Amino acid sequence: MKLRRSMLFVPGDNAAMLSTSFVYKPDSVMFDLEDAVSLREKDSARLMVYQALQHPAYADIETVVRINELNTEYGLKDLEAAVRGGVDIVRLPKTETAQEIHELETHIARIEKACGRPVGDTKLMAAIESAIGVVNAVSIATASPRMVAIAIAGFDYLVDMHTRRSTGWEPELFYARAAVLHAARAAHIDAFDVVYGNVTDDEGFLREVQIAKQLGFNGKSLIHPKQIDLLHKAYAPTEAEVSHAKRVLAAAEEAHRKGLGVVSLDGKMVDPPVIHEAEMALQLAEAV
Amino acid sequence: MKNSLEQLTKQDPALEQFAGQNAHTPYLAGADSKLHRKVCKSLEEAIERSGLKDGMTISFHHGFREGDKVVLQVVNTLARMGFKNLTLASSSLASCHDPLVEHIKSGVITQIYTSGLRGKLAEAVSNGLMQRPVQVHSHGGRVHLLQTGEVKIDVAFLGVACCDEFGNANASNGKVNCGSLGYAKVDADFARQVVLLTVEIVEFPNHPASISQDRVDWIVKVDEVGDPKKISVGAARVTNNPRELMIARRAADVIEYSGYFVDGFSIQTGSGASSTAATRFLEDRMKRKGITASFALGGITGGITDLHKKGLIKAVVDVQSFDHDAAESLRTSPAHLEISANEYANPTSKAAYVDRVDVVILSALEIDLDFNVNVITGSDGVMRGASGGHCDVAAAANLTMVVAPLVRSRIPTVVRRVTTLLTPGESVDVLVTDQGIAVNPKRPEIEKRLREARLPVMTIQELHEKAVALTGEPEPIEFEERVVGVIRYRDGSVIDVVRQVKN
Repeated sequence: MKLRRSMLFVPGDNAAMLSTSFVYKPDSVMFDLEDAVSLREKDSARLMVYQALQHPAYADIETVVRINELNTEYGLKDLEAAVRGGVDIVRLPKTETAQEIHELETHIARIEKACGRPVGDTKLMAAIESAIGVVNAVSIATASPRMVAIAIAGFDYLVDMHTRRSTGWEPELFYARAAVLHAARAAHIDAFDVVYGNVTDDEGFLREVQIAKQLGFNGKSLIHPKQIDLLHKAYAPTEAEVSHAKRVLAAAEEAHRKGLGVVSLDGKMVDPPVIHEAEMALQLAEAV
Repeated sequence: MKNSLEQLTKQDPALEQFAGQNAHTPYLAGADSKLHRKVCKSLEEAIERSGLKDGMTISFHHGFREGDKVVLQVVNTLARMGFKNLTLASSSLASCHDPLVEHIKSGVITQIYTSGLRGKLAEAVSNGLMQRPVQVHSHGGRVHLLQTGEVKIDVAFLGVACCDEFGNANASNGKVNCGSLGYAKVDADFARQVVLLTVEIVEFPNHPASISQDRVDWIVKVDEVGDPKKISVGAARVTNNPRELMIARRAADVIEYSGYFVDGFSIQTGSGASSTAATRFLEDRMKRKGITASFALGGITGGITDLHKKGLIKAVVDVQSFDHDAAESLRTSPAHLEISANEYANPTSKAAYVDRVDVVILSALEIDLDFNVNVITGSDGVMRGASGGHCDVAAAANLTMVVAPLVRSRIPTVVRRVTTLLTPGESVDVLVTDQGIAVNPKRPEIEKRLREARLPVMTIQELHEKAVALTGEPEPIEFEERVVGVIRYRDGSVIDVVRQVKN
């Protein structure tokens, strides 16, 4: 299973970051052509991201490009560069309806054919940044077989909701998080929690990571490399969980060898969901 | 009795007849001169009384690093007084010394011995400012040059935080405490005349006496000698850069699995952000393994003294304090020792602390396929760094690690051949970059341990290829024939030269 705990934002116009961000080994790196790039740098950023996508340094890392909205003069150009550059995932910002995903995938299929990529190769993720997006989350998440993830973006959403960020358990985001997460799980795709903007506040970041992890998010969008390690560590299972997972897999292996359907461990049944959970725990432990 | 003495002194002219208790020490005759004779009213007076003449050698220490206010204060005064053709032998020079360019142009300074050059001065020298090339030595090598007599200091001008009127001085106490006076101690020992510049004259006897009264000729109270806030600026800064921290963490990984991470190990971290930051990542590992370090050496940072305070490093051996916390620890901890550069790193010292260092982390501007290191010239061929203790401790330590980002902006750090050779590859064991670790083939046992620990070990050729894949092969730098810098190895031999850059 592809791990998607950390998605690192890299401004597309920042050459220094484009040439180094792979060293931090986030699970995915997201080159931003949208809000992080000023209007006068849109073209140069697109060109640099196109080059970065093809560089061997990013061969072993999942690449995502956040394009500008398709109704802007940059959106389609961004999409051309991303798909032709070989991006793994296109991230559509401010997604409000499934229709936008359909429109996007029509363009992608056309570009894939034109540049010789297998049709369907380019995956999609949608960022939900508004009340209407949250309400339509299920139809967005299930809009296309290309969809691999859905993300909630907090800033625009909270403006739309006439509120602002608080600390603690962040009630203002609770419904959106739960709704987006349910949509993702219903569609069997991944879900990313909001970015944490204060890069000097590790404690606050980790508090928010705990909320996301407990709710069931796969991970978070990140705006600073230093958050990667903190996040990966927070998502890592404890030593007790790892040893339990190893025992679960050993018991399952034993049952398989003996031709038993199910087996019990410490008086609890080891069935496929338990085995799956154990495998995920070991994968997370391995990936820290 | 009198006759027999006369007879004796006639027979042996080397013997001289007693002529009164102060016949040879008239300054001890009067109460005032006996107690206060060293204190001068002005820097000019101290210079005059020191006997400095044109063509002589003056020296300084760099304990205040980028905050130094002594070099320019003295050289400005010397220029005003009309001195010419002086040799400037400073233990190092920093960007704050840019205005020296004018004094070189006007002929006040005609020769420089230093561990390093930065800023506009370095740029001007690289562009052919001086007739005679700058001699760049290491910290240990400087003492060696003083021992051999190649450098003869006529007058040392040493900035201190406080001293008494006999000259017992330190920089651990007082308002402008920069910490250790390790480099000044050497100058006080070797100089023909020693002038202290102090901001405070305190009650006798001042202690600790980092520089002792019997080494001091003249004392002058001045308004400023340095800004201790700036000792942590530049090469000794504390980083929050994620890439530098990542390299530091990886360096800590290498130490942990190198085979040298055992109870009683000793460590030095050179200047450079990743190097000094590595200590941050050692604490947990030391606690987990239940070990302590016997001592930490070098330029000392707050990171080191923090571990010292926590009992993880038993003794701190300090030739120069890199920040306020280090200076404070020197002042307060009995196991924080102040040592001279001779005790620190001179290869021909009767004993140098570097010879007992297990692990050292050093930085580099460039490192080549043979692990040779350049910390002097940048990718444009211009001098921008300091030799420091790099080649001293690299040669001496059991495990010499170099840490550097693989690429700086568009410039690869791992190169085919270093622009300037400072530390030979035979002294370097492991290179740690953000994109992988390379082990010198002469240390296969370390490579094996690091691979077993699943650290990202690769050959230095692979690292070079990775760098070039990002940057392309850089165009070679063009130089003139003229030599502007001579790089002296720690034993005084010439290991390389720096040529004038072509414009």
